[in-house]
Amino acid sequence: MRKVAVVGAGMTKFMRRAQETGKELAWETAKLALDSCELTVKDVDCVVMGTAPDAFDMVHMKHEYLSDGAGAWRKPYVRGVLGGGTGVFTACQAWYHVASGMFDVCLAVTEEKMSSCLPHPQGAFVTCWDQFTESPLGTSLLWFFAWEMNRYMTSHGITEREIALVSVKNKKNALHHPCAQLPGEITVDDVMKSEIMAWPVKRLDVSPTSDGAAVLVFASEEVAKRITDRPVWVQGVGWCLDTMYIGQRDLYYPKYVEYAARMAYDMAGIKDPRREIDIAEPYDPFSYKELHHGEGLLLCDKGEAVRLLVDGETQKTGRQPWCPSGGALGVGNAIAATGVMKVAELFWQLRGEAGERQVPGRPRRGVAQAWGDEMQVGTVVVLGV
Amino acid sequence: MQRRVAIIGVGYTPFRPITPDMSFKEMMFEAAQKAYEDAGVCPRKDIDAFVTCEEDFTHGRSIFNIHTPDNIGAVMKRIHTLPAESLYGLADAFMLINTGLVDVMAVESHSKASNMLTPDYLVAHAMDPVYNKPLGYNPYFIAGMEMNRYLHDSGVTREQCALVSVKNRANALLNPDAAYGDRIAMDDVLESETMFWPLNRLDMSSPADGGIVMVVACEEKARDLCDKPVWVRGVGWCSDAPSLETREWGEAVYARLAGEMAYRVAGVTNPRIEVDFAEVDDTFTYKELQHLEALKLCAPGQAGFMVEEGATQREGAFPVNVSGGSLGVGRLDEATGLQKVLEVVLQLRGEAGPRQLEDVSVGLAQSWRGVPANSGAVAILSNE
Amino acid sequence: MSEKIKSWPGTPLGEKEIKEKRILVTEWQPNLKYAWDTGAGYGRDFAELKKGKIVGTKCNKCRRTLLPARLFCEWCFRTADEWVYLKDTGTVNTFSVAYTGTAAERLKVPRIPALIEIDGSGGVAIMHLISDVDPWKVKIGMKVKAVWKPKQKREGAITDIDYWKPI
Repeated sequence: MRKVAVVGAGMTKFMRRAQETGKELAWETAKLALDSCELTVKDVDCVVMGTAPDAFDMVHMKHEYLSDGAGAWRKPYVRGVLGGGTGVFTACQAWYHVASGMFDVCLAVTEEKMSSCLPHPQGAFVTCWDQFTESPLGTSLLWFFAWEMNRYMTSHGITEREIALVSVKNKKNALHHPCAQLPGEITVDDVMKSEIMAWPVKRLDVSPTSDGAAVLVFASEEVAKRITDRPVWVQGVGWCLDTMYIGQRDLYYPKYVEYAARMAYDMAGIKDPRREIDIAEPYDPFSYKELHHGEGLLLCDKGEAVRLLVDGETQKTGRQPWCPSGGALGVGNAIAATGVMKVAELFWQLRGEAGERQVPGRPRRGVAQAWGDEMQVGTVVVLGV
Repeated sequence: MQRRVAIIGVGYTPFRPITPDMSFKEMMFEAAQKAYEDAGVCPRKDIDAFVTCEEDFTHGRSIFNIHTPDNIGAVMKRIHTLPAESLYGLADAFMLINTGLVDVMAVESHSKASNMLTPDYLVAHAMDPVYNKPLGYNPYFIAGMEMNRYLHDSGVTREQCALVSVKNRANALLNPDAAYGDRIAMDDVLESETMFWPLNRLDMSSPADGGIVMVVACEEKARDLCDKPVWVRGVGWCSDAPSLETREWGEAVYARLAGEMAYRVAGVTNPRIEVDFAEVDDTFTYKELQHLEALKLCAPGQAGFMVEEGATQREGAFPVNVSGGSLGVGRLDEATGLQKVLEVVLQLRGEAGPRQLEDVSVGLAQSWRGVPANSGAVAILSNE
Repeated sequence: MSEKIKSWPGTPLGEKEIKEKRILVTEWQPNLKYAWDTGAGYGRDFAELKKGKIVGTKCNKCRRTLLPARLFCEWCFRTADEWVYLKDTGTVNTFSVAYTGTAAERLKVPRIPALIEIDGSGGVAIMHLISDVDPWKVKIGMKVKAVWKPKQKREGAITDIDYWKPI
């Protein structure tokens, strides 16, 4: 299999509402990422676009509209979608564009302009679910998270206060992220006292909706070695979808994440992810999700993630930091761009360029994961140096 | 490329103006079952990855890929969705198999165009939201403008365009799965209502419903599983300028560049000689001619004469859209590209029934994403 | 690179800029209408709901009941074998007390969406709403029963069941 490296990365600030159009966000970030590895758009062989539902930007076939902003003018260009898992999948997609031998340099652009959808981007989600059996109930996105969180807590006897620690940790990590939308020093009590959105989910358990873009540059081994001394290799990729019939499975454990992780670990030759992975960026759109996904990524036993959290093992200075970036809870959640932000965080951490966020002990391997659709997608990327 | 890739199974539902008897899920299931039976594979055991091609707003569901895995046997497997023309799905499978990560893949796309009640508003929703959408025009004016410029630049006439409609609708009469087969005359087209001058009603294709699934495999598996593999020798795709203000109006640049890429991958140096027949995008009559020129399947400026002389007829020297094309079969939303591939596969296998071409070994399928997009893909297929 | 990059693109706006019209916006209300074919699977399911009955289908290979009723088993990828009538009682698999509506607006009276395992299905759940109960008394594992709309108001839809209430 052809070796593929990440050689450059860039992102915008994440914010509730950006003045820039989606196209402009894509352009500024693509330029930044290319500048970071001293390439120009002329060096780019192909472009992949990751952006979740058209309902956010409110443009049908929005990738067509975004293409020139993404640097795809007169180039092979395609978009992939896996709901909230799109961002990390875009990295998988860029990987196979290069690994296939068809291209040497691939630009992976992700963009989300959620503020275009009025009155609130949450409204776009009502058009996601089954139009016959689910949406007619007035279904809200939050219900799904509340159901899953409730099931997860009840199955393992975990408390809301313990889960709140995820928000505390990630918002604190985000204090050092220059693009963060909602960094802060908060306490468990702050989370507990924040208003109930859909019990057991409270406002501070939830990541914000965001505008933003994030871009990675992928290159073949030959090109990567020519342009940088410190390529970060894509060691494994995996993606998996479970059934859409939510009542047909048990929400307490994300089996699809486990399957996707196993695909990526097999490719990377990882036997014991708990020891062989130095940093993790599990997807944390909601606080409990980081724990849920950490278990799916086989970084601990089922129901044990909360113990790692309480013991401080997943803190920035802990044994295996989770979400050192600040995650979706701290940096913001521009759906597809958040997935790529997580992969970019691994890139920066593994190169020792994460500044104040740099985790100690020279990490050599990291895993990033995203999740999406109707609680049914796992997408996983393993990077290493 | 390290690996050869082949199409080893196809399945589809008949293409019809309406399909009230089945939901999109049942349509996907039927097409998938037929494709897996054709390929002799069990999706739960033998298929490593799946790709579906569907746009959210076309189907009226955001994140449509939520609804895909159950209907094609992909639950708890690698599956992803490209909101793209379905020929991109074939290209995607071609790439994934070439990484060596997977050996057998399924590509799916379907149309339930009849369920979309405001199709022109849907297309309007694809326009630049700041610059073009507020004008509030029916977006097909873009096709009228493009046709006008193309006729002006190339010297192709409206009569020659009309002959494309006559040819394709007649071809569709020999295709039992086509929705809009008809015997019409050139004057019928020229006298049909003006829609977006110079585009008349019969210059435009009509929507149809239908689902298509294909099974694609690496060489080893293809030889193992299939007597008549159809090799995907090359794929290419390209996006030209999306904005109306900066695009080329006379030439289909996206098709030229996608074609050049596909020819390069396939090792085709002289397409006019090496390719035997083609299924190219004919959403509008002039598009077929514009695409033939862009793909270098005729000498520059000769596409109009080709159709006039009958060279692109089923019995002609270079048959184009023998299936009936989008004008005859119906426009299948994102599934249109796979319908083109389907026809090429059936012809190359010798299974095209009454419309079978003789002595064909290399065919080309091409797609365009439709108004207002400026992108498309090409695949070159061969039975050798 | 986080360290090397000195300035990050993006210009955040607040409510103020929009209210004071310091930036321009174009508004658009998409006119998109759909009529989705229910097909044979959901078609029969909804016809039964109109009669006040819950049906599922059954796959004899994996022996699962399939809910909502559908024509094929996604796991075995084969046509389902039979239709089965189920009870209109069930058990709460999980639930929420939702104070936000579909567009993230605040609700004064919370709704109680739940996954309800239908009796006789072997633990397969459907999505619906619980009502007529103090929200804070709802528990996972609680038994509930369907409250149907009056016959003349049913239209062959999932909403023909008005809500579920504790037994």
